[in-house]
This record gives sequence, structure tokens and C-alpha cells, in this order.
Amino acid sequence: MNVQGSISENNFEQCIKCTICTVYCPVVPVNPLYPGPKQAGPDGERLRLKKGFYFDDTLKYCLNCKRCEVACPSGVRIGDIIQLARIRYGRKSPKIRDMMLASTDLMGTAATIVAPVVNGVLAVKPVKTVMDCVLKIDHRRTFPKYSSGTFENWFKKNACKIQDRYGRFVSYFHGCYANYNYPQLGKDFVAVMNAIGYGVRLLDKEKCCGVAMISNGMIKSAKKNAEKNLSSIRKAVGEDMRVLSTSSTCTFTIRDEYPHLLKIENGDVRDSMELATRFIYEQVDKGNVRLAFRKDYKASVAYHTPCHMEKLGWSVFSIELLKMIPGVKLTVLDSNCCGIAGTYGFKKENYETSQAIGKPLFDQIRNVNPDFVACDCETCKWQIEMSTGYTVKNPVSILAEALDMEATIALNKK
Amino acid sequence: MDKFNSSDDFDVIIVGGGVTGAGTARDCAMRGLRVLLVERLDIATGATGRNHGLLHSGARYAVTDKESAEECIKENMILRKIARHCVEETGGLFISLPEDDLSYQKKFVDACLAAGIKAEVIDPEEARRLEPSVNPLLTGAVKVPDGSVDPFRLTSANVMDAKSMGAKILVYSELVDFIVDKDRVCGIRVYNHVTKAYEEYHAPITVNAAGIWGHGIAMKAGIKINMFPAKGSLLVFGHRVNNVVLNRCRKPANADILVPGDTICVIGTTSSRIPYDEIDNMYVTPDEVDLLLSEGEKLSPLLSSTRILRAYAGVRPLVASDDDPSGRNISRGIVLFDHESRDGMKGLITITGGKLMTYRLMAEWTADLVCKKLGVDKKCRTMDVPLPGSKAESVEEISRKTWVKPTSGQKATAGRHGDMVSRIRQDNEYDSSLVCECEEVTVGEVEYAFNELDVHNLVDLRRRTRVGMGTCQGELCACRVAGMMAQAHACSRKAKENLKSFLNERWKGMYPVAWGDTLRENEYSQWVYSGVCGLETKED
Repeated sequence: MNVQGSISENNFEQCIKCTICTVYCPVVPVNPLYPGPKQAGPDGERLRLKKGFYFDDTLKYCLNCKRCEVACPSGVRIGDIIQLARIRYGRKSPKIRDMMLASTDLMGTAATIVAPVVNGVLAVKPVKTVMDCVLKIDHRRTFPKYSSGTFENWFKKNACKIQDRYGRFVSYFHGCYANYNYPQLGKDFVAVMNAIGYGVRLLDKEKCCGVAMISNGMIKSAKKNAEKNLSSIRKAVGEDMRVLSTSSTCTFTIRDEYPHLLKIENGDVRDSMELATRFIYEQVDKGNVRLAFRKDYKASVAYHTPCHMEKLGWSVFSIELLKMIPGVKLTVLDSNCCGIAGTYGFKKENYETSQAIGKPLFDQIRNVNPDFVACDCETCKWQIEMSTGYTVKNPVSILAEALDMEATIALNKK
Repeated sequence: MDKFNSSDDFDVIIVGGGVTGAGTARDCAMRGLRVLLVERLDIATGATGRNHGLLHSGARYAVTDKESAEECIKENMILRKIARHCVEETGGLFISLPEDDLSYQKKFVDACLAAGIKAEVIDPEEARRLEPSVNPLLTGAVKVPDGSVDPFRLTSANVMDAKSMGAKILVYSELVDFIVDKDRVCGIRVYNHVTKAYEEYHAPITVNAAGIWGHGIAMKAGIKINMFPAKGSLLVFGHRVNNVVLNRCRKPANADILVPGDTICVIGTTSSRIPYDEIDNMYVTPDEVDLLLSEGEKLSPLLSSTRILRAYAGVRPLVASDDDPSGRNISRGIVLFDHESRDGMKGLITITGGKLMTYRLMAEWTADLVCKKLGVDKKCRTMDVPLPGSKAESVEEISRKTWVKPTSGQKATAGRHGDMVSRIRQDNEYDSSLVCECEEVTVGEVEYAFNELDVHNLVDLRRRTRVGMGTCQGELCACRVAGMMAQAHACSRKAKENLKSFLNERWKGMYPVAWGDTLRENEYSQWVYSGVCGLETKED
């Protein structure tokens, strides 16, 4: 077993046991079974290096939110150590439930064909009870709705051709959510990019980024997806395009989890993969792009920073972009994990933990009482919508609503 | 049994609580003798606790000292059986590097086989697969049955077993002088540092098993043993870089063994003669640290980027043969002196030389002689009877049987104490909570050590449980165990003093390697204890 490569890489020996990571861990205060990032990470690693036998099954309670890594003053990649330990020593074959939750492409492709049926069935009580008992997917969980028809199909039919009229292009990594659940986000992205003078291309072949596969132990499948995505991304970058995404988790996974957890090198294209809001903000900041907003747009918005956004350090771009909208009254919520962590919160054994983690956030949203919540992550959106009743919108969608499209197009025409 | 004196308190007194003394106490107790063991400090404080913790296959001695090699491989196989909770069966490699003479390999393998050591030449590629941290430039490799052994646990298990058979163990009791009647040693006078009192004990036989200190002990009976203290320094790294023992396939030299033991690995040793009056004042010099690092990196280049936890040194008790007072002809073999035949002093035996690996054999020889002198006809059984902790199955099985879903802390406890976990309370949340986070030592384990393992201070506790031996070197656990000790001993003043000496002892080991993260850790630790807790670390 070659584990040596990862040792100095994750820097676990730089840990001086200050325990700040454990203070910032959202799971520790609500789930006493979880030993916390310091114990599960750098401490446990020393025992695991002795023998895999010392692996602790409670590492499955880690959300992989990476808030520990953001907090660590010593540069230890605590979250990565924990995830790698789960990959190396944890349960070898995932449960059927975990495979279903993780196979977003497969389930999405099937479900979008008969979306109304699936959506209807998933909302029915007896079905939820069966899923709860048999699959251990918590019955209290609301499922994200599937769309009739994918974003990719819409794009090919309605938007692809007209892109040729632009002189500069970006490539769009839409992700599973925009494709199967909410194509409107993809449509909003295309509208905004077109308005600021960029044509949009899709990748040659886009697969699920693999984040859910990684957290459910399906490493082989995740690696396959990663290789496919990277080869498509390389091709796009070779054609002088940035690859933009509207999902903070997809972006983070492709940039950081590929090399750190899947051990797949992406150094040549990593900098070209980024979040749409960061790209737009930078273009505006440099004066390459100008935005004109609708005079009648008024909204009180509360921005939630997803964990992976915190890790990327990029929430500032989404926030600044929203602040540019004259009619927006923006409240930036305290940075607090919502508790869903992708497929984590769907699992019956995690439901209570998941909701307890998110409670301070839900309470704050209710106190602020905004018109809607802004957030760059789709799973946070499901969690917040289900738990608070407030609508959650992606900053790109808010931009699409608030832009005076005609005026913006005129401003950016060359 | 005519030599028994009914007024004697004991049949045999053993001076020295290293592994040899402890092993001798066990062996004698097993043969039905009334045993007293006295130790001036804690058990395993001398050379026993200051070496690699290498379960030698004997291969290292095969070419130069066949007798030692044969003893090693025999004892190696015995320890795997009787002390399984102290032993890790890692296997070992003797590697040749481009700078080494590869033709030595054949000579080495032949010598190993002649000594009964299973030595198998393997392909360098196979060696890299077997131990990925090995220097990739290796040109040859030989696989041997090396392993690692925890000397603290081994000594403690011997003591525990001796006690269970009626032996009395007195730690922190220093020999002042012998009670001599003309040409016979009839007992000892000791100063008990715990009770602060002088005490006398009588026995027809006294065994001097004090390692290098045996030189001074013998002098108290007017006997000269030609001992040569040889200092060996070692470095402890923060985690296990290797899982297979790495040796150099060449004539034994400096810093050519890297041993993975528990959560760490150890490189060593250096070798230098020191004056006898320095044996209580061991320190590691910068030159030794440099040598250990530069040679160590040749075994495994990863060592250059691995955090060094601490440095320590021990003293080998080398004995010159009697006809060679110059000390040029030094043996590393076992030396057993019957001072009756050697010096005309009855009732005194010295056991010395040897090595950690052969402690049981040394004890066997000693107990044989003791029995012969006492007229007791009992055979040695220590090669067959497992030590406490090693009576049951593997750590995996013990954990599985003890807990439904063992936490890593519970597994770590089982790893340290074997089947003795049944004596450790872990059933409620408090008992199973962690005291030492790096080594995962629980409250229950610390309480067990306080109650049953002769722990007088925090440094003793460390030897029984690994508290404070991990990455943070006591930063998080020292104050917790000090609190527990204050409760156990109902004395907070003593616990506070102890906390200081514990932290200072940790610093002593970190000082020679205090750079990088080791220094950061210590600075943080100082800030916590001096800055936040207001502990004045200068000892009164």
C-alpha cells in the first residue's frame, strides 16, 4: 500500500494540535459520535498508518465541508485526510442507496424523461415511507424536482446556433442540477453571458463532476468522470475558452478534489476553471464588461455562503456582484453550514444531524426575512428551501432578472 | 533446601528494574521463589527504554557474532509467542545501496542461514513494493524476520506477572549498600524515595541486574567488573514512515536501522564511549543529530521531510572479558558472573551485557544459577507461558470481543494492553473519553495505570500508556493527567510539581531537534502552560 505520497502533501505533521478545526466543525456540536476533525484527521492518521484496523467508522459523519481546512492556521488539509482515510479504509462497496444518490447522471437521465411521474411519486407519502424503510432515505426530506427535458437538449435546440454571432466565448460546465433539475439556471447563464457579449459553448462531453461519488465511496466511477471532464475541459481551454460553472461545488470538486482525493492532475487547466460570478465580476472590474440594471428591480436578498464557497474563498465575488444591483438590499448571512452536504442529509442516519447543523442559519434567515435567499450551491438551496420555506436563487439568476438586457447588450456591443 | 534461612525476607533480591531484572523476577517467581525487585527509579528507565525497540532477527549479528545471532532468532520466535501484545511482526529488510559492496550480501545471507535465520534475497523492485518508503536507489535487498517490540510494555508485563506470583516490586528504592557477613552478601539496604526511609531486606542470593549501573553496584560489594559505557543516540519521527524495519546490508555501523514502532519510527544509533560518571547525564549532541539524519535519509529519503519528535540516548552495558582489562575485546554477548567462584563473594550474582532481545534468556540463565545455589530443582517455563496481556488472541479479536463497535481509542487501548483491557473501565462516556489525543489514551486506561501499574508520577504514566508520547508531546494531555493524578493521590501540590517535571522532560527530548514544527509545537505548548495557565516551568 503506497500511502507515503500523501503524507507530506496533506501536511498532517504541521498540525500543532491547536484544535481550532474542531471549534469550526459544524458536526461536532450536534453529533457526539463524531470525534471531530483533529481526531479524525491528523491524530487518527498516525494510528491508521500503523494499521488500517485503527480506522474509525465514525469518520462517515464528516460532511466534507472543509471548514476545518479554512480554519487551520497550519495549512493542514484535514478534510482531505479524512476523506482519503474513508476511501482507503472505509466500507469497500457502497450501499444501493448510496449508489443511487451518487449516480446523478444515471438517475437524472432516466428521471427527466418521465419527470412529472417521478416528481409526483417522490412526493407521495407511502413512497417516502418505503424509501425511508428500505433505502434509509429520510422520509422528512423533500426531493429536488426533476425537469421535463434537460438543459443540454434545450441548449442544442434553442441556443446553440445563435452563439456563433459572438466574437468571444466561454465554455459552460452546467452540472447535474442545471441539466436535470433546473434548466432555468442554465438559461439564465446563457442570457447573462450573451448580454455581456460572450457566446456560450458546452463541453464536448460533460459528466457529473463526481462529488457525490467521492463521498459515497464510488472512487472508480468518480475517477472515470474526472478523466472525461478534464479531457473536455482541456479541449475547451485549448480553444482559448474559460470554463465557467454556476455551481460552487462542481467548481471546487474539479479544481481541488480531483488532484487531492482522486489523485488526478489538473494543474494545466485548474486556473481556467472558475465560477461564473467570479469571471463576470473580474470582467466588470477590469472594465471589459459593463452592466445596466432595470430601474424597477427591487429585492431584499440574504446571501448564504456555502461551505465550498468558503473553501474557495470566492463568496466575495458573488456578494460584490449582487451589491452592484441598485435595487438590491443585501444581507450577508453568517457563514454557517446548512447541513445538507450533498447526499449526506438525504440519509436517514444523518437527518437529525443535518437539520441541527443548519438550524442557526435557518433561524437567521427567518429573522432577516428577505424576499429570497441567494446562494451559489444547489444542495444548500434544497436544504434552505425545505427547512425555511424561503426561495433560494443562484446569483446568476438574480443577475438575469435584474439586468436591463437591452441596455446591457448595447453597452457591450463591439 | 538447606540453604534457606528462615529469617530471610526473600529467597532472592534482584537489583535493577530493567527488562532483565523484571524478567529474572518473573522467572524466579514462576519457579516458586520469594522475590524482591528493587529499582532506584521507575521500571525500564535505563537502557531498556532507550533503544530502537527492535525485535532483532539476529541478522545484524550474523556475520560478526554468530552466537548472538542464534540467541536473537530463538528469542525472537519466543517473544512472538509469549509477548504478542508487545510485538509487531513487521518483517525487516537489509538493503544495499550503490555505495555499498553488493558482494557482502552473499556473505550476509550465508551467515544468516548458518545461524538459523530465514534470510531471502529479493528483487529491489519487490523491496520497493514491500516498503514504499525505502530508498529507491537500492541495488539489493534481503528479507529477514525482524520486527518491533515495545520495551516499556514488555517490562511492565514481566513485572505484572511476577507480582501476580507473589513477587514484591519496590520502585524508587535505591540500593545504598549490601549487608555483608564476612564473605557473603546476605541482603541490601535501600533508601526508599517514596517513603523517604532506609529499609533493609535479607535474602540468601542477590542478583545485580542493573545494566551499566551494575558496575557501581558491584563496587559496593568490593567487586570490580570491567564495564565500558557506550552511548547510543536515536531520533524519533512523528509518524511511521516505514512499516517494515529497514537495515543496511553492510558491517554494522552508525544510524543504519529504521524501526517502525507503534505510531512512530526510530532511527539509530550512534556509538561513542563515555566516561562512567556521565551515565546519568545523557544528552544528544548536534553532531549526533546530523549523523543520524544524513545516514537515516539513505535508508528512507522521506525522513528528510518528516517531523522529528525528539532525540534520546541510552547507554549499552558493554563488558570486557576478564582477561582483557584494556577493553579492546568487548563482547555484546550475555555475561553472567557468579561472584562466589569469580571473586569469593557468596550470595551475589551479576547478569549484564546482552540485549533487549535476549532478556528472557538472560533471566533464564540467572534463575538457573539462583536455583542451583538455593538447591531448588525447578525448570524454566518462561519460553512457553504467555505474559499478561498476551494470553488471548490478536488485538483485532480482543477488540471485537470486548466492544460491539470499538472506537479508535478503544482499539488503541487494546493494542497497548492486549487482553488486560478486561481490567480497564471503558463502559461510560467519561471512562472512554480521551486524555491523550495523539495516542488515543482514555480516562479508563489512565485510571487503570494509576491503580494497578505502580505509577508514581506522570513520566511513569507515560511509560505505561504512551500518554504524552505523540505529536504534541504533552501539550494537551499533561494538564489533564496532572488533574487526574491530583485526584488519584489526593494532592494537587505534588501533581503540579509533577506537571512541571513532565513538561521539562518532554522539552529535554525536543531541544536537540527544536526547529520547524517541533519548535512551533513547543512554543505553542509554552504559551499554553506559561502564558495561559501561569505555570512557572522552572522546577523548585
